[in-house]
Amino acid sequence: MSVLEQLLYSAPGQLVAEKLGLPEPEVLRRGRKLPAGAVVTAALAGSTLATDTLALLGVPIDSALRDDGAEPPAYPERIGALVIDARGLRQLVELEGLRAVLRPAMKGLEASGRVVVLADAEVEGLEANAVRQGLDGINRTVGKELRHGATSNLIYCSPSITGAELASTMSFLLEGRSAFVDGQSWTVGSPLTPPGELATRPLLDRIVVVTGSARGIGARIAGVAARDGAKVVCVDVPAAGEALAAVANRLGGTALQLDITAAEAGERIAAHVASRYGEQARIHGLVHNAGITRDKLLANTDAARWGQVIEVNLAAQLRINPVLLDGRPGGLGDDARIVSIASTSGIAGNRGQANYAASKAGVVGLVRAFAAEVAERGITVNAVAPGFIETDMTAKIPFVQREVFRRTNSLGQGGDPIDVAETIGYFLDPASAGVSGQVIRVCGQNLVGA
Amino acid sequence: MKLPRSAVIVGGNRTPFVKAGGAYAQASNLDLLTAALDGLAARFGLAGRRLDEVAGGAVLKHSADFNLTREAVLGSALDPTTPAVDLQQACGTGLETVLYVANKIALGQADSGIGAGVDSASDAPITVTDGLRRALLAANRAKTLPQRLEALARIRPHHLLPIAPQVVEPRTGLSMGEHQAATTASWGITRAAQDELALTSHQNLAAAWDAGFFDDLVTAYHGVTRDGLLRADTSAEKLAALKPVFGGAEGTMTAGNSTALTDGAAAVLLAEQSWAKANGLPALARIVDAQVAAIDHTSGDDLLLAPAHAVARLLERQGMQLGDFAFYEIHEAFAGTVLATLAAWESAQFCSDRLGLAKPLGSIERAKLNVHGSSLAAGHPFAATGGRIVASLAKTLHTEGSGARGLVSICAAGGQGVVAILEAV
Ligand SMILES: NC(=O)c1ccc[n+]([C@@H]2O[C@H](COP(=O)([O-])OP(=O)(O)OC[C@H]3O[C@@H](n4cnc5c(N)ncnc54)[C@H](O)[C@@H]3O)[C@@H](O)[C@H]2O)c1
Repeated sequence: MSVLEQLLYSAPGQLVAEKLGLPEPEVLRRGRKLPAGAVVTAALAGSTLATDTLALLGVPIDSALRDDGAEPPAYPERIGALVIDARGLRQLVELEGLRAVLRPAMKGLEASGRVVVLADAEVEGLEANAVRQGLDGINRTVGKELRHGATSNLIYCSPSITGAELASTMSFLLEGRSAFVDGQSWTVGSPLTPPGELATRPLLDRIVVVTGSARGIGARIAGVAARDGAKVVCVDVPAAGEALAAVANRLGGTALQLDITAAEAGERIAAHVASRYGEQARIHGLVHNAGITRDKLLANTDAARWGQVIEVNLAAQLRINPVLLDGRPGGLGDDARIVSIASTSGIAGNRGQANYAASKAGVVGLVRAFAAEVAERGITVNAVAPGFIETDMTAKIPFVQREVFRRTNSLGQGGDPIDVAETIGYFLDPASAGVSGQVIRVCGQNLVGA
Repeated sequence: MKLPRSAVIVGGNRTPFVKAGGAYAQASNLDLLTAALDGLAARFGLAGRRLDEVAGGAVLKHSADFNLTREAVLGSALDPTTPAVDLQQACGTGLETVLYVANKIALGQADSGIGAGVDSASDAPITVTDGLRRALLAANRAKTLPQRLEALARIRPHHLLPIAPQVVEPRTGLSMGEHQAATTASWGITRAAQDELALTSHQNLAAAWDAGFFDDLVTAYHGVTRDGLLRADTSAEKLAALKPVFGGAEGTMTAGNSTALTDGAAAVLLAEQSWAKANGLPALARIVDAQVAAIDHTSGDDLLLAPAHAVARLLERQGMQLGDFAFYEIHEAFAGTVLATLAAWESAQFCSDRLGLAKPLGSIERAKLNVHGSSLAAGHPFAATGGRIVASLAKTLHTEGSGARGLVSICAAGGQGVVAILEAV
């Protein structure tokens, strides 16, 4: 921390910060923890998806209050979450239903509470499409208006989706695991293979490979995978071996010292898995987390800086994936999960990061196309796009700029590496079979890259 | 004797080796050995697992480190109920710890274990002079204050000079280098031949690093990611320009063709072959056999040529020829040691007079010798060298293919030598 930073976060500094209009960041609810208050639901057009899903999760539900009369009703006690089932909505007038249930909830929601909106992924007709997109506008606004760490997210559901297929998503959204995911929308479909059962240790005895896991976000991803029961293979460059060994030992996993840009990187990952876990062993989760930045304005960027970033952040995974998918011992199994890390800088573009943005936007393109290609094997491919996350990488950003990044999102703080890791854990979950080709921003609804 | 159980080398791990007083100057033997064990545990997923035994040792050891290996185990990721033992046989220590564990495995007394070694010339114990020691002991025994003061009054200024350990043979008073200088001269080993061997060592080690050979053999430590003594850019000219350090002004031994004082640690994971398989661990090579031998340097034998005797006995027992090996690892204590060993094997006179053989052991293909570099380039943290060699050779043999054999030869102070045969699984 810089002097300025220490000052701002010290006790007298807090006073100054308040005077400056910088609110003290809320401590977010995290981990596998449901909201404390009641989960209330409102089915606006008769869909039972929300109630079916919550019943599967064993979460007791109440009915949401509606603002129908002269005086808006108030919740007697703070509620933990409002789940709005907006499936079946086709007309603009029906959007009024959202207003009616949101009005009391905006004040009634507890700190780190949740608004979850379910909508149809596919609709026909002009008005229905306008409604579909209108919901996203509402969702994003709710995210921005909610205070004290409460979030709002929107799930577009495929027509034939079942509660079981949505369960892992609902569980993720309600729990503290989604703490830094706010104002986002993504699609959950009906997979070809049925989703796995929900479990508190969904990755039990499965093998999860995490690249770049000697430190930062990667170390936390490995930690979450291990917490969820996985045998983790921690991959990082030999130069980071000491830290890598410590991570692997702490998590009871194995360390593989490997530069992912090496020509035979995929082969070596498979060989490691087969030699440590047996010829029959297959990788369940492959997390392409290793990444680098080599920031310079385009005017000062040479071919080396350009190439390095694209090599590590994108080209390496393009080479590794097909090797691990060719059925070899120690490769990816059926129903495997592949996860990449994009970045809000990739989605939005960022001054001085043309190479990085190319690689990270490239990840988004790769994930979408790749998901379709491997769908019939039951394999999912997804990405997270972290916003500002407090790590060694972002500690390099000058303080004032860093403070601006921290504050310019709806939660008024930087994310914790655990937030990225939890979102990846959600992708890795066998129960998340219906989630593929998605890019979820873990950014606290950052203004950048919307 | 062929035992029903096979001890196999699963893999190894070491720290990068660095010059004494360098990057690891603040690290103790315990720190280094713990790091080597932790890197091994991470590579093979041993965290929290109990192994049957860890054997380790150091040549330069503090008396406080009487249980060095056990303490390292307790500080490591291994299950704390893993027992440990300290062994020591000078520079043979590292190989002896491997053999100790391998033998227990072969005999059925263990299924898994680690052979390890460490040395930190930076952390070398400094002893006090005998005069100071006697005075302090007397003061300690004293019952009254005046008696104590009287004892302490016997301390003289010269008693206060610290004595650093020296690599000197107690019975001859000669340093190892001086011993080797005599051997080098008597075998007619030239400066050029020694420099060439040193150059090859650096070139081989550098190439191995560049090829990623050490990616699964070394774990970075204290920010060091490669062997610190390695000079990838050295040349015959640079080596030729160095001044002799042993053997007087006319000597042929320089800092370039002699090993430097080095800090580092190495560990080798061993297991019974089927146990390794059942536990999802690879098997690189099996330990076929080993032999230790000693010569009498006090009556003029070459101090560092004991391994030549050990090899002769080992080959005889195994019914093998010197040419039966795909790779040879001869520890480069000095370039002259390796070259004298090769010359001894080729010498009809030495083989008949000293080894009692009808014909010489013969010569080996130099291209099969120390193919990934050895101690001249990597450095030589005494007790860690054996582990370095065994793990690297096991990997090399495994890559060569099942059945490929390798011969390890390590010379040690006191006129001793340990040799072993490995065979790729
Ligand atoms: N920190 C953020 O705010 C943020 C934001 C958006 C995206 N990300 C992305 O998240 C990922 C992790 O970021 P972080 O902040 O933890 O970074 P970090 O620099 O702390 O960690 C990255 C790790 O990747 C490893 N690595 C780099 N090149 C490698 C290679 N060729 N082979 C193997 N390993 C290699 C590094 O050694 C390091 O341990 C990266 O992809 C990054 O682009 C981070």
